[in-house]
Amino acid sequence: MVGSLGQPLLFLLALGYGFGPVFKKAGGGNYIEFLAPGIVAMAILFTSVFSGIEIIWDRQFGFLKETLVAPVSRLQIMIGRTLGGATVALLQGIIVLVLAIIAGFRPTHLGLAALSLVFMFCTALLFTALGTAIASVLEDMQGFQLIINFLVMPLFFLSGALFPLEGLPKAIGMVARANPLTYGVDGLRGTLAGFSHFSLGLDFIILLAVVSLFMIIGSYLFSKIQA
Amino acid sequence: MIEVTNLTKKFKDNDLLAVDGISFSVKAGEVFAFLGPNGAGKSTTIKMLTTLLEPTGGQMRIGGKDPVEEQDEVRKLFGIVFQDPSLDDELTAWENMEFHGVLYRVPKKLRRERIEELLKFVELWERKDDLVKNFSGGMKRRLEIARGLLHHPRVFFLDEPTLGLDPQTRNHIWSYIKELNKKEGITVFFSTHYMEEADRVADRLAVIDHGKIVAEGTPQELKDRAGVASLEDAFIALTGKEIREESAGSLDRLRNGAKMWRRR
Repeated sequence: MVGSLGQPLLFLLALGYGFGPVFKKAGGGNYIEFLAPGIVAMAILFTSVFSGIEIIWDRQFGFLKETLVAPVSRLQIMIGRTLGGATVALLQGIIVLVLAIIAGFRPTHLGLAALSLVFMFCTALLFTALGTAIASVLEDMQGFQLIINFLVMPLFFLSGALFPLEGLPKAIGMVARANPLTYGVDGLRGTLAGFSHFSLGLDFIILLAVVSLFMIIGSYLFSKIQA
Repeated sequence: MIEVTNLTKKFKDNDLLAVDGISFSVKAGEVFAFLGPNGAGKSTTIKMLTTLLEPTGGQMRIGGKDPVEEQDEVRKLFGIVFQDPSLDDELTAWENMEFHGVLYRVPKKLRRERIEELLKFVELWERKDDLVKNFSGGMKRRLEIARGLLHHPRVFFLDEPTLGLDPQTRNHIWSYIKELNKKEGITVFFSTHYMEEADRVADRLAVIDHGKIVAEGTPQELKDRAGVASLEDAFIALTGKEIREESAGSLDRLRNGAKMWRRR
């Protein structure tokens, strides 16, 4: 728990205070205000992808195997696991948010801030389902480093968590728009910091659509797991 | 109780014929041992019987049901102790049992009665509120046995249940299983490396090597056939002296990784 909080905290403090003056000079305003929702999204992203990927251990050395031979449908197991993983990721996100508030972040509107929980949970569901889908087709942890370097890191860095989407080079802008995390970050920024690139409604609809898609793919691949 | 005909499993990724057209049957109430060197196909066979792996060809029946077509019916019929531990370490012994009972839809009152009875049976009732991560290997195994029996299965699979346990614990575990087989008439199907265990416990056994069954019969029959005094010698006579060099499969790599990486 402490280990997984260290990274977002480091990002928040180092980048937040490190780039703060430059960001201000460039007319971007308070960087901590901008960054904090992105870091919350990051904490959720990492926790949920990992909890999905843990299936790789779990189906060989863990409790999952016990559930795979039980007279329960795979769909139920997958949904249960995803909800469980997403709940842990949601809690992680909330803790990071509290830490960000201690570090100087101020949510603009309390009612809207409550709505941010919805975006947090959607993001958590989305990436737990993605992690589950990946883990269902991977044999062992060989591919783990690959996933971190070529999926999780790009998802995070190209999501608008660290920089505004306005005025980006076209290619990066396109990639960011295709990245589902972008909408999670944007929704969080809209509800927590009071400004967003897209409308909150659009963020929510896209998240919901991608969540459904990943849940379907994840359930399908999970149902094909052979131990 | 278990009928297997021509069962075959070919792994796609390395073209390995892990199980090559094996046939055998286990009668109800029998204790059946499945012997073989490393990589002979024991675990693969058990995985296919227990619906975890789909066979490439052949037929299986457990209590008249097909593990491929009627997964849920078959799953209700058997209990299993896996080669690798499958308890939730962060839960207590009792919680592990309770979870299993809920998963198998054992009614609450009955569930509570059986949990107490089984935990007493494997002598873990005093430790029921301790977290499983503080248990020794032998205690975990006993708990897994108790758990596998909670839904009163008719067939009990054990994949190398005594691997890495000391003789005292092994002796203990077999006495539970024997007692259970006598009292409840549960069919027991186990795989092992330890010949003297098979000799003492099993009514009948089959020896599998390179994916094929090379001998089947009572321990005495096998010894007579090979003309030797111990089952270990019969086993060597049947499977040869050559040591099997198993290439480290993905499972072994995973096993190493799990030791280093596992957060819990």
